[in-house]
Amino acid sequence: MTVASKERKLTIARAMAEAIAQQMRIDQRVFVMGEDIGPLGGVFGNTRGLFDEFGAERVRDTPISETAFMGAAVGAASDGMRPIVELMFVDFFGVCFDAIYNLMAKNTYFSGGEVKVPVVLMTSTGGGYSDAGQHSQCLHGTFAHLPGMKVVAPSNAYDAKGLMTAAIRDDNPVIFMFHKALQGMGWLGTERDAIVHVPEEAYQLPIGKAAVVREGADVTIVGITSGVHHGLKAARALAERGVSAEVVDLRSLVPLDRQTVIDSVRKTGRLIVVDEDYQSYGMTGEIISSVVEQGVMLKAPPQRVAYPDIPIPFSRPMEQWALPSADKIIAAFETMENH
Amino acid sequence: MDTVFKGEIHLTRYLDQQGKLLAPLPDIPELPSRLVSCYRNMVLARALDSKAIALQRTGQLGTFASMLGAEAIDVSIGQCMKPEDVLIPYYRNHACQLMRGLPIDQLLLYWGGDERGSAHPAMGQDFPNCVPIATQALHACGVATAIKIRGEKRCAVTVIGDGGTSKGDFMEALNVAGAWQLPVVFVVNNNQWAISVPRVIQCGAQTLAQKAFGAGIRGEQVDGNDAIALHQVLELALERAREGKGPSLIEAISYRLADHTTADDATRYRDNEELKAAWEREPVKRLRSYLHSEGLWDEEQEKCWQEEVNRMVQEAADAYLAIPPQPVESIFDHLYAELPERLREQREWATVKAMPGGSHHE
Repeated sequence: MTVASKERKLTIARAMAEAIAQQMRIDQRVFVMGEDIGPLGGVFGNTRGLFDEFGAERVRDTPISETAFMGAAVGAASDGMRPIVELMFVDFFGVCFDAIYNLMAKNTYFSGGEVKVPVVLMTSTGGGYSDAGQHSQCLHGTFAHLPGMKVVAPSNAYDAKGLMTAAIRDDNPVIFMFHKALQGMGWLGTERDAIVHVPEEAYQLPIGKAAVVREGADVTIVGITSGVHHGLKAARALAERGVSAEVVDLRSLVPLDRQTVIDSVRKTGRLIVVDEDYQSYGMTGEIISSVVEQGVMLKAPPQRVAYPDIPIPFSRPMEQWALPSADKIIAAFETMENH
Repeated sequence: MDTVFKGEIHLTRYLDQQGKLLAPLPDIPELPSRLVSCYRNMVLARALDSKAIALQRTGQLGTFASMLGAEAIDVSIGQCMKPEDVLIPYYRNHACQLMRGLPIDQLLLYWGGDERGSAHPAMGQDFPNCVPIATQALHACGVATAIKIRGEKRCAVTVIGDGGTSKGDFMEALNVAGAWQLPVVFVVNNNQWAISVPRVIQCGAQTLAQKAFGAGIRGEQVDGNDAIALHQVLELALERAREGKGPSLIEAISYRLADHTTADDATRYRDNEELKAAWEREPVKRLRSYLHSEGLWDEEQEKCWQEEVNRMVQEAADAYLAIPPQPVESIFDHLYAELPERLREQREWATVKAMPGGSHHE
């Protein structure tokens, strides 16, 4: 058997741009709006090539007016278009949140299902490169908490393309969160494991389906975006001590695939949840509740490795100290061992 | 049909590109010596700028926003403000902040990622840098409201880029400033670029100054590369504000000679010919030519001052690099007046379990 399968490794940024371009070619309703998404191709590279192929009418650089273009996306989507809008940093949501959680998320409900609002809101998350407290948050919990929107967040390029294609075709508003450190842009730090083989043809990944990205028997590590990569590193380190860790990539926050997590914890009896978002009232608590509510027997109290409830510091050593890491996951596991 | 409103926007300019005087000097006390001081600060700003970029490129400073091309605007603001006025800056006002008393090493400390650089006592009531776009315009209105309620003869000055004027926050700030006749001056540094988005697709209006009309306040343009024109326009606007005669919007036309920040690469979207042409209009050389022609500045002074600013900036950089970092656990300390129990637990967990440093991106 030959192993000469053709690898086509892409970054998440390129995978997103490819998915968008493919849908734009077959669906005239799809267009893109945002700041610096035109000739620059997006500050994080995820609209590169679109302006050259589709022109300024369908790839629209906006004024710095998030309230205007987020509200306009709701209007255009309600009128039959399928806009993709980029909120450059998720931290900027405060400027345009009324359009997001009061209108985009609720208009379908308010209209008794008559009005569909198929917006894809793509937005960058995460820190690790010293961009301080207003440009480094994840805010997973903030978006996942509010009803009416789907929320996805890929950890690698294959998932990014499949989820983006699914998001564009979805009749619901979808928040597509991409972690900056996984984009394959050197200055943001590069996670090599996020750059994977991506088929050229269009394909969809089901929104709301988690993936077991590493099988194991002793502990379940649940994460999303950067947390998955920390989990995989921790799992490799734990393996050297003879501990077999299973790693679950949630991929979607809404809908949340609780069953995959529950099945895994039933097998391992131990649960660590990793999240770069603030610890309290967030994803970590939701996952642990979901498992405990089902009466899954645990060998030790579940642990969470999340960002503390403090702003993200500009200072590089401070930020690195406070962010989740493989080391912290291992420390959490040791706490369980000593229980 | 009756005409119920007419508006005009005037552009003030005193110096041409070569630094030749186009009109008689405005009547400002001690203008020649103020222009020399202005020039010296502009040269310092430029030296600081290149040092900061060098530090960033060698991993000794965080992401830095260059102010190359905005020196005349920033230094003129610094010269026209009185100590008791309040600066509500954006993130490209380094020169003004230095003139307001912030030591250079403290400014570098901030851009090096240490929040203590925003907390120097010399800053008085001035605000720390505002990174979100346009929110500072609203804070300036709050400051001006406080000044007005207390009946003080002071004013608030805030600066914003051309891109920021597209924000609702900016329009609401103008509106409330007009409705309440607040002692505030809005300065737009229209440097033609908002990261990769050029001024022409930022706004359909011919000038940004005319946004003032919708708010019922004064609006005007000034050549942002012309220190004399800036002094004239700013002196008047600030004094009007202090005297309770209302707010002003000043659109200063400049050019962003640098990348947006050190995280940007403008060669990917900007024509080099346009940049070359902009260098012909730049403010530092223009003012130097004028001062030379008036006998207010000579080659010897130039040489001495260049050496002096390089020494000042190098010493400040050395002092900055020698400042010991804060203990990492201190990130928990300043969020609440008292440390809540839950954060105390999180700090303990982080301190005991985290090991030295994270390993987010090895």
